[in-house]
Amino acid sequence: MLVLAIDTSNRALTVALASDQQLLGEITLNIKQTHSEGLMPAITYLFQAAKLKPAAIDRVAVAQGPGSYTGIRIAVTTAKTLAWTLNKELVGVSSLAVIASNVLSTQRLIVPVFDARRQAVFTGAYQWQQGHLVSVLSDRHIKLAAWLPELLATKQPLTFVGQTAVFSDTIRKMCGKQAKIAPEAANLPRGQQLAWLGQQAQPIANVHGFVPTYLRKTEAEATWLKNHPNNEGHEPYVEEI
Amino acid sequence: MQENSSQTRELILAFESSCDETSVAVIENGEKILANVIASQINSQKRFGGVVPEVASRHHVEQITLCAEEAMTQAHVTYADLTAVAVTYGPGLVGALLIGVSAAKAIAFAHQLPLIPVNHMAGHVYAARLVKPLTYPLIALLVSGGHTELVYMRTAGQFEIIGDTRDDAAGEAFDKVGRVLGLAYPAGGKIDHLASQGQDSFHFPRAMIKEANYDFSFSGLKSAFINTVHNAQQRGEALSHADLAASFQASVIDVIVTKTLRAVKQYGVQQLIMAGGVAANSGLRDRFRQEIAQRDLELDFVVPPLRLCGDNGAMIGAAAHVLYAQGVRGDAHLNADPSLSFPYLAANTTK
Repeated sequence: MLVLAIDTSNRALTVALASDQQLLGEITLNIKQTHSEGLMPAITYLFQAAKLKPAAIDRVAVAQGPGSYTGIRIAVTTAKTLAWTLNKELVGVSSLAVIASNVLSTQRLIVPVFDARRQAVFTGAYQWQQGHLVSVLSDRHIKLAAWLPELLATKQPLTFVGQTAVFSDTIRKMCGKQAKIAPEAANLPRGQQLAWLGQQAQPIANVHGFVPTYLRKTEAEATWLKNHPNNEGHEPYVEEI
Repeated sequence: MQENSSQTRELILAFESSCDETSVAVIENGEKILANVIASQINSQKRFGGVVPEVASRHHVEQITLCAEEAMTQAHVTYADLTAVAVTYGPGLVGALLIGVSAAKAIAFAHQLPLIPVNHMAGHVYAARLVKPLTYPLIALLVSGGHTELVYMRTAGQFEIIGDTRDDAAGEAFDKVGRVLGLAYPAGGKIDHLASQGQDSFHFPRAMIKEANYDFSFSGLKSAFINTVHNAQQRGEALSHADLAASFQASVIDVIVTKTLRAVKQYGVQQLIMAGGVAANSGLRDRFRQEIAQRDLELDFVVPPLRLCGDNGAMIGAAAHVLYAQGVRGDAHLNADPSLSFPYLAANTTK
């Protein structure tokens, strides 16, 4: 099975082409560049270098969030359009799982974190079980100060990975010896890992309905729903005219 | 003109997602609509009294492949039939634009098709091409919630701005005034309807009507309107909403029609195109027709049907046909350009 993997959830961009047996190629960029400018040229180069036509793939695996709203929309739109237009399988993988899979320890709880600003994080907790990466505490948007006590209560050794730099002092202070921070090399998402996770996942049944996992409503919608819990006949939101 | 001479018909798959409509069309030879699927978010955006960009972007992701599939099905075409893929890359909301751009680039890559980036405003002008052939030079009046522009075209595919709004777009003024009158977003149609039942009794200012340029300003009118309503409220006096709407609309129409027809005369054009959401306003359409008849102008006034006046993929496909012939191509790097604009016509080149 030939998989094209796409992740533009945060600042880094990573794409890979991989078969069951091996990685054919991976491009990872960690530079200041919009993903709209960077993604399609990277994909184009991968196929050229591998001397493959787009239709040669069997599946598109995409990191579907959480992450930067614009970033996950570019990856998801590109991935779902490719899968639809080429009539190939599509799988969505948590962007947090992609980072978590960089930590190979089987003894520890792996805690990927993305900075969601205002002392909040996109995060979750993962564990390797029989060679599979399993989500043990679901992905969420939460204040770091509320998340750390929950993790400590598991009594398990923790390894934080991802955008840990801004939070490392707080993590060390609150978690002490129970926590480790993964080395810098593990913090970037890797297309190869996403391709591998994507090979194991179940394909999406309805490609059209596939959307990013934002984990947060927009502020406008949250305010609206607070004041209008019954939504007052505004559905369907989108109609063909 | 065509890269493949054996091809008998040119088919362009066109994407539009610059604001709150997701639209995909299939256009034959730049003039025939084979499909023009439009998904409107109006029900959703109504909740907020205007378009919330992040909400718009989210809806576009939900709709984009659905619209594309329906357009291809309605048009009875396959990818092998397509000549090129076109997409609006600006101006507009950046997050919204990026969905169309990402999808169009993916399809162009997947099927090795040329990609044609299209300026949204060029699309509005070329909506008229779906009605009849264009005769150059011409002037296009583009009036919508985001724009109020007078565009001069010497020839096909060449756009120069001769006038623009200095503050609010005309449609924006309609929506803000509508809010003051307690009308639901979008208020344009409701104000138009109210205005038809009232009289211009408040005599709001006609901003910049006499100035020797083709620019517009609607924020002073909006303020005058709001002050009138608030002062009456403080006095406990009830004003006729129909008269308020009629007075507001009369001011907008007076300025737009006067300045547009002055430009038509100065530039000596024989065709005037009006497009954009506000082109749906019946008062504005009627006044143009009256003035053109009264002044006995030899002017072909073209207003595309309502469905083509608002945002849609068909107009992007029509504009792309012209750009394609001129060799305009995008590549894998194509990005959204939210503040994309036509160049201004240099003042000293005016006739």
